[in-house]
Amino acid sequence: MEHLRNEMKMEFLAVSSNEGFARVAVGAFVAELNPTVDELADIKTAVSEAVTNCIIHGYEQKEGSIWISCRIEGHQVEISVMDTGKGIKDIEQAREPLFTTKPELERSGMGFAFMEAFMDEVEVVSEPFKGTSVIMRKTIGEG
Amino acid sequence: MEHNYEKEYGCLILKMPAELDHHQAEFLKEEADELLMKYPVRSLIFDFTDTYFMDSSGIGVIIGRCKNVRFSGGYVKAVHLNEQISRIFQLSGLMKIIEVE
Repeated sequence: MEHLRNEMKMEFLAVSSNEGFARVAVGAFVAELNPTVDELADIKTAVSEAVTNCIIHGYEQKEGSIWISCRIEGHQVEISVMDTGKGIKDIEQAREPLFTTKPELERSGMGFAFMEAFMDEVEVVSEPFKGTSVIMRKTIGEG
Repeated sequence: MEHNYEKEYGCLILKMPAELDHHQAEFLKEEADELLMKYPVRSLIFDFTDTYFMDSSGIGVIIGRCKNVRFSGGYVKAVHLNEQISRIFQLSGLMKIIEVE
């Protein structure tokens, strides 16, 4: 297979109806890597978790924008999901399975755990009152 | 909304949406709680026949309803999970707290 290189960027409002749009758009973008059904489901779930975090935590369901950029380099896809919301005070704690700051909304605290389970690498960059970026990488196929 | 559930012999069957994410979870929670108020059933069944996507938002909905139903001595079960949803159930530990068929 030839060495693939591709990039895309998108920006959309932080509203819950865009969760489905975001994961389907990213799924369509990575299609040229010929992912398996499972790999595609992994990516869609991870994107859904990251975007939901921006909406519920980053902007606390108030208005804001979400940016996604994707890069394909060979067999690897890198997906960055960014908001300019309230940021994360303690990233390590936020990444712990079952930890949630919003139990009253029946959040399970499994968002980051799922991103980590479904992607090869998850990097979180955040600054209080500036925003959060989640950068996820996954190798598709034989790599 | 009228077609999203069935009720028979003290049992409420909730038809889960095609994609169970945070967006759908909000509607589902409201609907489920309304139905459970109206019909205080002994058992609640989550039917995933039509569901092909679920993320962690779905877990909260299920656990929340489980708590309510079990609090009043009821019984909860999830049926017809596809592979993706089974994985989510396993990874989250939901498999251990709710019967799956």
